[in-house]
Amino acid sequence: MTEYDKELLEQLDVMEKIKLESNYLRGSIQEGLDDRITGSITEENTKLLKFHGSYQQDDRDLRDERRRQKLEPAYSFMIRVRVPGGTATPEQWLAMDAISNEYANGTLKLTTRQAFQFHGILKRNLKSSMQSIHGALMDSLAACGDVNRNVMCNPNPYQSAVHKEVDHFAGQISDHLSPRTGAYHEIWLDKEKILDTKEEEPMYGKTYLPRKFKIGIAVPPSNDIDVYSQDIGLIAIIENDELKGFNISVGGGMGMTHGNTSTYPQTGKVIGYCPKDEVTEVAEKIVTIQRDYGDREDRKLARFKYTVDRKGVDWITRELNDRLGREIEQPRAYNFEHNGDRYGWTKGDGRWHYTLFIQNGRVKDTDEYQLKTALKEIADIHTGDFRLTPNQNLIIANVTNHKKKQITEIIEKYGITDAEHYSGLRKNSMACVAFPTCGLAMAESERYLPSLIDKIEGILDEAGLREEEITIRMSGCPNGCSRPGLAEIAFIGKAPEKYNMYLGGGFKGDRLNKLYKENIGEAEILESLEPMLIQYGKERHEGEHFGDFVIRNEIVEEVYSEQDFHS
Amino acid sequence: MILNVTNSPFDKEQAEKINTILSTTSKEQKVWLSGYLTANNLLDTPEETGENIPQYQTAVMTPRETREVTILYGSETGNAQILSESMASLLKEKDFHVSISAMNDFKSNKLKKVEDLIIISATHGEGTAPENAVDFYEFLHSRKAPNLKDLRFAVLSLGDESYEYFCQAGKDFDQRLEELGGERIVPRVDCDVDYDDAAEEWINSVISSIFETGGQNVDVPKEAVSTAGVTTEYSRKNPYMAEVLDNIRLNGRGSEKETRHIELSIEDSGLTFEPGDCIGIFPKNDEVLVDQLITLLGWDPDYRVNAGKNEETVTTKAALRTHFEITKLTKPLMKKLSEVFGNESLTSYLEDDDRIREYIYGRDLIDLISDFPPVGLTQETLFPVLRKMPAREYSIASSCAANPDEVHLTIGAVRYHSNSRDRNGVCSVEIAERIEPGEQIPIYVHRNPNFKFPFDDTTPVIMIGPGTGIAPYRSFIEEREELGIEGNTWLFFGEQRFTTDFLYQTDWQNWLNEGTLGRLDLAFSRDTEEKVYVQHLIQESGKDFYQWIKSGASIFVCGDEKKMAKDVHDSILKVLEEEGDMSRDDAEMYLSSMKNEKRYQRDVY
Repeated sequence: MTEYDKELLEQLDVMEKIKLESNYLRGSIQEGLDDRITGSITEENTKLLKFHGSYQQDDRDLRDERRRQKLEPAYSFMIRVRVPGGTATPEQWLAMDAISNEYANGTLKLTTRQAFQFHGILKRNLKSSMQSIHGALMDSLAACGDVNRNVMCNPNPYQSAVHKEVDHFAGQISDHLSPRTGAYHEIWLDKEKILDTKEEEPMYGKTYLPRKFKIGIAVPPSNDIDVYSQDIGLIAIIENDELKGFNISVGGGMGMTHGNTSTYPQTGKVIGYCPKDEVTEVAEKIVTIQRDYGDREDRKLARFKYTVDRKGVDWITRELNDRLGREIEQPRAYNFEHNGDRYGWTKGDGRWHYTLFIQNGRVKDTDEYQLKTALKEIADIHTGDFRLTPNQNLIIANVTNHKKKQITEIIEKYGITDAEHYSGLRKNSMACVAFPTCGLAMAESERYLPSLIDKIEGILDEAGLREEEITIRMSGCPNGCSRPGLAEIAFIGKAPEKYNMYLGGGFKGDRLNKLYKENIGEAEILESLEPMLIQYGKERHEGEHFGDFVIRNEIVEEVYSEQDFHS
Repeated sequence: MILNVTNSPFDKEQAEKINTILSTTSKEQKVWLSGYLTANNLLDTPEETGENIPQYQTAVMTPRETREVTILYGSETGNAQILSESMASLLKEKDFHVSISAMNDFKSNKLKKVEDLIIISATHGEGTAPENAVDFYEFLHSRKAPNLKDLRFAVLSLGDESYEYFCQAGKDFDQRLEELGGERIVPRVDCDVDYDDAAEEWINSVISSIFETGGQNVDVPKEAVSTAGVTTEYSRKNPYMAEVLDNIRLNGRGSEKETRHIELSIEDSGLTFEPGDCIGIFPKNDEVLVDQLITLLGWDPDYRVNAGKNEETVTTKAALRTHFEITKLTKPLMKKLSEVFGNESLTSYLEDDDRIREYIYGRDLIDLISDFPPVGLTQETLFPVLRKMPAREYSIASSCAANPDEVHLTIGAVRYHSNSRDRNGVCSVEIAERIEPGEQIPIYVHRNPNFKFPFDDTTPVIMIGPGTGIAPYRSFIEEREELGIEGNTWLFFGEQRFTTDFLYQTDWQNWLNEGTLGRLDLAFSRDTEEKVYVQHLIQESGKDFYQWIKSGASIFVCGDEKKMAKDVHDSILKVLEEEGDMSRDDAEMYLSSMKNEKRYQRDVY
């Protein structure tokens, strides 16, 4: 199923042809890097470059101005560094910090999938950046593209022995599903060209997957990785403080296309359970089902969730059993309580862990708040490691009693925050990057959400809800990098300063939200939220979350399946 | 058709002869004759067609028993050549034998036979002869120079008073011709940048003198010579008020440079131009400086004065804004000012030439007035001394064939700090800061016959133009695109930073993709640890560069004179030495022969 005849190829999405003819992701990227006339590479190469973990972008704030100046767009590249399970050593942190200063725009973005992202790298610095990343024993291969992406995992392996073991499986799955092509090493690390490229990709084949593929492992009671948003969601099953295996959820995903109702966000369905030692094999088999049955004609319908919905959960399960040569077991019991982060100092496994609130995952210095400098100072003395959380925050993990004192001093010196004084809403907020770098953005996100929350907090104070934990997420486009489909309040960009507003997602990340109002600006957002938050403050039941409240009060209907999402 | 005196411009005798010939010619012969006559007519009067023929070799009119006039010019930017050409056509109208050429194109062994020699010469920055006059200059000053006791001569020198060696080349020619025994027809005149009136007067007096001595009694009309712009009514003396259509900064955010791109409307002006030509702009002094000056002098800004010849009165403020240069001090100006300042310490300060040179560097009239306050200085005493506001000339960056109604310029804003004040280029900063689209500015077209491109697809063209030196190549390539000529073009460009300073980046990218531009090599000096400039690129690609030269390439250099042009020149020599296996002397010979063949042209400033 890896070769196509010409006729078939014509029917397929153009990306399939590009992959097929790319010689395992090489394309003419090298020639593009050598072209000094432009800061960009060809469109075809930009698509292949994604597999190498980099997106070509441009400063959209300047696009129009530069066009008038007869200058090409201010092209730059984003590099996403894969961090399986979100684990980085202090040395790696320092290396990322240095790269961001030397080649990127001076900031580091911690992503919603526990990766590092650099923005603003010029083409001529792309290779040096890749080499520096490699020097820190990290890479960006398969951080983007039609392959399995960074495997997510609950980020605190020191909380218990179980967490540590889960982290190990995350790494194992990630390694097992990594592309095998030599292209990455040849282009970026000057490795010799492999002459015999006959079978570089035993599992993926020449055309890789129809679309990106996401795997994440949750450790209950925390659903911080949003297990139901993953193509394969794995839920750790712990019995008597011991990791037994994983429940398997399939077919989750956030992305959709405005105006195309055959696209929709979807929550994954739990189809069964496997013992822990089989989990990598199960993941591989599921990936191959998608490889063989995913839609390669229409990229908008190519995600695994559409394959699952088209074929049915039962068929997927049977196919999986066939490929395994045995039957997966019935799912086991589990319980999630939330999908947000718990901030501040916690103790587990004999060590200390400090969860730091980082607004939208952006690590940078401003005159008022020297977060980046503070973290660099911490990294200089830290003997444990750093954990990137799925909510774009950071855990300074595995801290000894002795170091805790020193680290606390740095935290206090720079006033970096565990969000103690922040509203429950802000603590549970998340925004994607969007403007100015993201080419897909239709509206602001990272640069706008904090100020919108400022205004909503005014209402929260009035309603007596400052401490109430409410999830709020914003994405600049419907691809949904901040997983907006699962938030209690969500905004998806439609046009500059215009958003679709969604309500009623599950606090535990277990229920999709529903479109409440379309194409509205800030004034209308605040006007809409005010009465319902005031009412929520007065009439909520004990322990009732805002997402549940708006459904009970029929402000929006509950979404059980994707059909309800658009209805 | 039978020609007679009423239906043709011929007299009876002529008409009869033509009728006889026409009656025996075939249709093909008539067509040929008509083409022949038209073509020759064009050659005789190139200005009227707007076409350019760089070599204006001896064009002889109907014989007439008069002395032959030889006009030789040494031209930097084309002014001397244009003046020479218009003087030549005037003389031809009077049926003189006239031969005209650049000095270097004149065979020096013919000098002894010359009867009336007219020299119109510009002066190079350091006081030397212009490039196309150097050989002749050296010959004249060498021992080989013949005795010229039968020669009559006249010299007109063009220059810029702000240079120390003002009009030096002209002065040298004048003195040397006298030393060699020549007889002066009229005294030499040294012109500053606003040369029109003085040059016109000089040309008329030369022509009258030749007539007088030739025993002829012909009236030369006072306004016989129009010294600039033969083709249109708009000229340097009568500038066109062009509307600014667009005025943008070409450098992206974060750049240390400010290079402006301005687009001017010349719709209905009748102005035309060719790649390589320039636009002159008459700027206005910054109002802030003018106010400061008036305050310093305690003058009434509204006091009306007579500013220059035959002009109506204007206010003091208006005069200082548009009529006079106030931002530059020159040695001659200092001397003149000291006479009207009535400040004794200034007079004694000026006794030392080195001190003057040091003082005028980076200082202006405001500095001088602050340092040496004048006593009782009035408009009537100061204004006659001040230099008339000179126009600033900029290479044209657009093609007339492609955009006949517009002309584009590339102007680098000049700003610097000296003697504890920020200083601005009068014209460039006026454009950068004060001229908005919709406003009008006075302009004229300045032809540059010494920077002319080949328009065929067989001659390879190498263009070297870092910074604003890129301008004429945009005009040239746009014109080639319009004419549908592909490839065979190689551009070298350099600036500080790729992201912000790649002037006209998208234009070049398009022309590369289309094939109008064949190759583009770039040097961005601030992007790398080691600074890379265009001259390094030339050496890096030495092999190709030499191949291009061997296959007949013409090389063009535009931009900074002091460093870039020198270094580029040196790089080309090195390429010739290394790739062409030449000695340094051979390389220099080779390059100078390319220069003579117009295969190595420079427009440097």
